[in-house]
Amino acid sequence: MSSSEIYDIIIIGGGVIGCSIARALCKYELKICLLEKEADIAMGTTKANSGVVHAGYAAERKFTKRNLCIRGNKLYSEAVKELNFPFKRMGSFVVAFKVEEIKLLEEIRKRGIEDGILDLELILEKQRIKRMEPNISDDIIGVLHAPSAGIVSPYEMTFALAQNAAMNSVKFFRSQEVIKIDHSDYIFTITTQRNEFKSLNVINCAGLYSAKISKMLGLDYFDITPRKGEYVLFDRNTIQLNKILFPTPTKISKGILVCPTFHGNAFAGPNAQNITDIEDTSTTTAGLKEVLEGAKKIVPNLPLRASIRNFAGLRAVPSTYDFIIDNTDIYGFINVAGILSPGLTSSYAIAEKVIDFLELLGVELKVKEDYNPYRPKPERFTDFSKKELDKKIKEDSSWGRIICRCETISEKEILNAIQGPIGATTIDGVKFRCRAGMGRCQSGFCRPRVMEILSREMKLPYQAITKKGDDTNILIAKTKDLLLKEIIKKEIQK
Amino acid sequence: MKTYNTDVTIIGGGAAGLAAAIEVNKGGKEVLILERGIELGGILMQCIHNGFGIKEFNKELTGPEYAQKFINEVNQLNIPYKLDTIVIEITLDKKIYAVNKIEGLIEINSKTIILAMGCRERTRGAINVPGFRPAGIFTAGQAQRFVNIEGYLPGKNIVILGSGDIGMIMARRLTWEGCNVKAVVEIQPYVSGLLRNEIQCLEDYGIPLITNYSLTKIHGKNRVKGVTISKVDRNFDRIIGSDQFIECDTLLLSVGLIPENELTRIAGAEISSMGGPIVDNNLETTLEGVFACGNVLQVHDLVDLVTAESKRAGRNAIEYINKRYKKKLKGIEKIHLSAGHNINYVKPDNICLGEILGEIIINFRVKNPDRRIQINIKDETNKTLYKKKKSYVIPSEMIELKINLNNMELNPKCNGLIVEVIPQLEPLIE
Amino acid sequence: MTECEDRGIIKTIRCIVCPTGCLVEVRKDIGGEISFQGYTCKRGLEYAQQEHFDPKRIITTTIRVEDGIHPLLPIRSDSPLLKEKLSYAFKIIAKTKVKAPIKMGDILIKGIADENVNIIASRDMIKKKVE
Repeated sequence: MSSSEIYDIIIIGGGVIGCSIARALCKYELKICLLEKEADIAMGTTKANSGVVHAGYAAERKFTKRNLCIRGNKLYSEAVKELNFPFKRMGSFVVAFKVEEIKLLEEIRKRGIEDGILDLELILEKQRIKRMEPNISDDIIGVLHAPSAGIVSPYEMTFALAQNAAMNSVKFFRSQEVIKIDHSDYIFTITTQRNEFKSLNVINCAGLYSAKISKMLGLDYFDITPRKGEYVLFDRNTIQLNKILFPTPTKISKGILVCPTFHGNAFAGPNAQNITDIEDTSTTTAGLKEVLEGAKKIVPNLPLRASIRNFAGLRAVPSTYDFIIDNTDIYGFINVAGILSPGLTSSYAIAEKVIDFLELLGVELKVKEDYNPYRPKPERFTDFSKKELDKKIKEDSSWGRIICRCETISEKEILNAIQGPIGATTIDGVKFRCRAGMGRCQSGFCRPRVMEILSREMKLPYQAITKKGDDTNILIAKTKDLLLKEIIKKEIQK
Repeated sequence: MKTYNTDVTIIGGGAAGLAAAIEVNKGGKEVLILERGIELGGILMQCIHNGFGIKEFNKELTGPEYAQKFINEVNQLNIPYKLDTIVIEITLDKKIYAVNKIEGLIEINSKTIILAMGCRERTRGAINVPGFRPAGIFTAGQAQRFVNIEGYLPGKNIVILGSGDIGMIMARRLTWEGCNVKAVVEIQPYVSGLLRNEIQCLEDYGIPLITNYSLTKIHGKNRVKGVTISKVDRNFDRIIGSDQFIECDTLLLSVGLIPENELTRIAGAEISSMGGPIVDNNLETTLEGVFACGNVLQVHDLVDLVTAESKRAGRNAIEYINKRYKKKLKGIEKIHLSAGHNINYVKPDNICLGEILGEIIINFRVKNPDRRIQINIKDETNKTLYKKKKSYVIPSEMIELKINLNNMELNPKCNGLIVEVIPQLEPLIE
Repeated sequence: MTECEDRGIIKTIRCIVCPTGCLVEVRKDIGGEISFQGYTCKRGLEYAQQEHFDPKRIITTTIRVEDGIHPLLPIRSDSPLLKEKLSYAFKIIAKTKVKAPIKMGDILIKGIADENVNIIASRDMIKKKVE
């Protein structure tokens, strides 16, 4: 790429925040690119997230995140129509085991209604609660019902946002870790380990790394510390949950929830543990135990034997405890940092706010004539009727080869994931785009087949295929390579 | 959409499906095999070690040799099969919908169905190992496929979790390919696979077998860098201070097999708590005219027993077509067979009383190893109807009993039988 | 001197003929005579003798194949090979390439590390269709 090219806006970070800003800005006549450190977008905090779209009653009133969350929740309805990502407003329960908790829930309800969450309802009839959520513990005496809460697939939404932005000519550069930012004559020069990029404005959405990015320009007014949350995921169709189930919140956390996913799994988590290593996404014995014990209080018949995966995500906790969305002292540099929960819910509202800041900076926001806000829904084998299926396979035979048997994903869906805008280049990239490998066998069956397709499409040998980018190669050598090498070594020694 | 009609459709072209198909064909009925892989033979094709066929052929064959014998017979008999074909639905009236690249969606109408889909491996999630989720973690069978069929090595320095047969065989296999297998770690106090494999796969190459240890952490964010293992007490709880770090770049999981019953569930057959469909002594599931055999029913340790069971399923399918298909018969009385002391599971789940002709076959596995034991079959009143002594039992050995209920004094009002394994009652010796 | 050496036990062999797993002791008396103890059946004695004097193993591995539907062909030795010769045999196999089509039982390497032991194909390998 030519170094003379100057972007109007560079977004640093391809998580849900960076991508929702990219998508919000792609309708304007601006030259935009997004830089992502990992081999794929949505692979940081966005990937290991509860996927809960909160109603917005939880945060304290003094925080900007409260209003952004309430607004953000409403914006989902429009976004899902345009972007066709998996989202369902199934409603949430905050459960109470004690009378004091009921009192707290009543207070939360009152304040929520005052702030515009009109449908909050306190339910104290046990029978009705049980009818709405049969798996809930018998010890629960009341719940706060928030019908507007929902579940989204956070990474699929992020892919949708990014794809729509790419359709409207935002450029995405992956595996571009920012190592230096210079600022002179109102132009930012961003150096990554591979390239150099220039831009008039920079939006820092680097999540856990946002303080580091900010400090590259000497903006040292906040810190980010990672707070780990561990999860246990259960097989599909092993328990049917109708509602997102929260315990009554404490000062520190919303607590360990039990929740269905959009695709019919259930999960428990997250716990909350402050850590020091920003890269430490490992799960721990104690943490997983805490998660399962916490979850079992709310749903005693959790199918523990049907757990298929555990994972951990890191929340980017800002030293200010509130979202940091600022026009900084450096003209043209906007920080969007410390976006922990309810960041996913707030993402569309945050993007609106960023647009306001850009206007303040004098960025001209003229809507493109050919702006297309729609991202078509990815075609899925399982969505077709039998008649459609027969037709589809006859048009393109790769619909007729099932690669992932647990989730019934065809070769065509994998090809679409690889060939589409911002296509997958890794095993995880394929998995998070089209669910191949997400099922109960956790890629035991489909991995060799996915590798075969990736190898063919990317014209790479199997050994070069990675799980998630640099240094995550799956296989090390061909069978016989080690023996042949040994033979050669001995011959040389002779 | 293309439609096929046949007497028997067999889902799965591995050891079970092939044996059942041959039996049905020899019994004079039409049969069609549906196989999802690109060739027949199933998992046997990647089990390139020997030890198969001792009961069936009275010699030791490799997995591919064992399969090839059946494949050759299927070809000689001109039994039709479809490869690269995945069944997506089985309806209540036994219509099968499947897809493949050449024909698109196909519909198959058959008088009976034999489920022979085999089993799959338990994964890391199923055992909930904490730590990172880097590249370099494989199930043993997946690694076996990469090494033996796809032609790639998963890593160089390897730790294997679980001392089941696949785990031990992969330890030797990878050693033979020049890898360094650092340890096989087993949570139980005993090896879970066969003694023969312990000797010939581990001892022969000085591979340490570490029993009573569990995997407590996986290290390495990108690629596996090592594992922490910890000694466990009787309840499998980690003993504090017993942690050991083993450096490795690859972790293989050999932590058990589960019957592959996605389709069984879709078809609507009832599944038992151990994972296989509920069957009677005819191997018929709770869906009339739908049979199950091989590892989809119960995980076998010898393919020879899969073959024998599948032939039985084939014969029963023919019997069904000849005697019961589209005939309204009176409800068949069944008694339930359940697992008693030290029994993990027992098959069949039910015994049809009306049709007991000669012997029936009962399979079970024990929960814990024991020596000098007695196998009892009792009725609900605790009356022992059958007993057999055995010098030892181990969980990794599936035990087969041939019993004849006609010879037993079965109470006509009996609703259920219990199988148990208890210590032999020692005569008092002064 | 350990207790075992004291009693003239030079090795213990765990019998694998059946799952009982008898522990067979191999003893050497002062005159150099070898004797076996601890086996409980004739097959057990035979196994221990074989394992002590002449331990052999069947080779089962893969060989590279050209033009086949897979890159590797599973192979085996048609009879057991002395344990000490296994590693040499694996290297010969690693260096060898064969060509499809191949039938199960075809001899691929004649007399590997032992003139009486051949490497044979474990399955058919049909030719890959060229598109």
